[in-house]
Amino acid sequence: MELLLQQILAGIATGTIYACIALAIVMTYQTIGHLNFAQGEMAMFSTFLAWQLIQWGLPYWTAFALTVALSFAGGVLIERIVLRPIHNAPVLSHVAVFIGLLAILNSLAGFIWDFNVKPFPTPFGTAPLIANGFIDAHQAGMIAVTILLLAFLYGFFRFTRVGLAMRASANDPVSARLVGIRVGWMAALGWGMAAAIGAVAGMMIAPIVFLEPNMMLGVLLYGFAGAVLGGLGSPAGAVIGGLIVGVVENLAGTFIPVVGGELKFTIALAIIVAVLVMKPQGLFGRPVLHRV
Amino acid sequence: MTPLLQVRDLHASYGSTRVLHGLDFALEEKGVTTLLGGNGAGKTTTLRALCGMIERRGEITFAGRSIARASTEDIVRMGVAHVPDGRGTFVRLTVEENLELGAITRRDRRAIAADLERVYGYFPILQKRRSQQAGTLSGGEQQMLAIGRALMLRPRLMLLDEPSFGLAPRVVQELFAILSTLNKDEGVSLLLVEQNATVALDLADHAYLVETGRIVFSGAARDIRQNEKIRRSYLGY
Repeated sequence: MELLLQQILAGIATGTIYACIALAIVMTYQTIGHLNFAQGEMAMFSTFLAWQLIQWGLPYWTAFALTVALSFAGGVLIERIVLRPIHNAPVLSHVAVFIGLLAILNSLAGFIWDFNVKPFPTPFGTAPLIANGFIDAHQAGMIAVTILLLAFLYGFFRFTRVGLAMRASANDPVSARLVGIRVGWMAALGWGMAAAIGAVAGMMIAPIVFLEPNMMLGVLLYGFAGAVLGGLGSPAGAVIGGLIVGVVENLAGTFIPVVGGELKFTIALAIIVAVLVMKPQGLFGRPVLHRV
Repeated sequence: MTPLLQVRDLHASYGSTRVLHGLDFALEEKGVTTLLGGNGAGKTTTLRALCGMIERRGEITFAGRSIARASTEDIVRMGVAHVPDGRGTFVRLTVEENLELGAITRRDRRAIAADLERVYGYFPILQKRRSQQAGTLSGGEQQMLAIGRALMLRPRLMLLDEPSFGLAPRVVQELFAILSTLNKDEGVSLLLVEQNATVALDLADHAYLVETGRIVFSGAARDIRQNEKIRRSYLGY
């Protein structure tokens, strides 16, 4: 029983990271209608940036804030420079660009910082949260940071005019232009925010998976599974999907002997396939209400 | 006096299909002009071309400035509100969010709040449904929402694309009464595209007949209403 509870809590902790990546994927999906395969590598690159800043002697939280800001700017730049020119191009062009971005960021990180695995600091420590507690301080910190991030995003989209304009652009780009919204810039903003969210996820997961150019490969896969499970049209669904994937992954790895640590990846793929076959719109991506 | 909107030799096409072949028309400040014509005459295309939603060629002057090369977003900022074909509802957002979006380019928060109440005054049903998902509104309610959203811009000119389409006659009457009030009391100029010539000619002071991308006749709305030959041959009633 205790083991079960502990595994569920640990699953939620890693699930928060999948939730962040899933959310980033859904955000770019809503602005450009494509899945960004490079989301994980963007997060990885951001994490290396944070590592470098810390190496240069900056305090953790200063490096954290600076990395989020730089990642936001980087996301905006990628949208403006790489994606804007092809925004009317067919799906395959986008896929090619995303794979290109993935490869470029991956090898660039390896070129600058080499492929050796590096430890990444945690600001929360690794001691158990309370004596005999189920989760350690870093896992609790991951959950807390994610909750703060989600609360901030909710407030932004729900209560600010820019947030409203971004939702309107995702809902109906043509009508959004007709009320004067600069839809192109809203897409850039969405990319910036997705990159910033990915940066937070990368910095939070790095102490666990360690820092190296391929660190986000698995995380991205789980993030995709979470996004598909929750529904690509639903940001809240993506978050819940990510959490579910985290818990399922952990429980299956512990309690199904065949799966163990080796086959954990397969679970993400199995979830993706199962959802696409049985409920393609995901758990929360219900079809839009429409009365004619 | 120079007209509020002056269009000369307007051409537009969708891809390689040319739809407008040199339209000329004008709209006086505080006036109501209607473009009449059947399906495929190019009425909707004309409105789209005016606010830069499609490729266009020609001269378009609004309030003394050329807008022939301006982007849709900038034309909106000059005070041109477009109530599009199909109403352009943000179906996943609430009714009130739809209205707030109409004023998204404005900065005067207090005046925006007052305008929201004003729109609710015109369309009480929208107030009742303010927190409802806009996609669940009936056709007539969505048309009211579209007009309300356009009003939230405090426009100088409103482009209306077949506001009567698909609505019950009683709703159409109600809607056009409100449009008339907007024009007379608030001084909003209206460019109205319609297939329903009867209601359009009642509201308008000037009318143009459009056929296959050309203006074939223009004159005072009153004259066209009384000109049986034109009514029979172009308007079909």
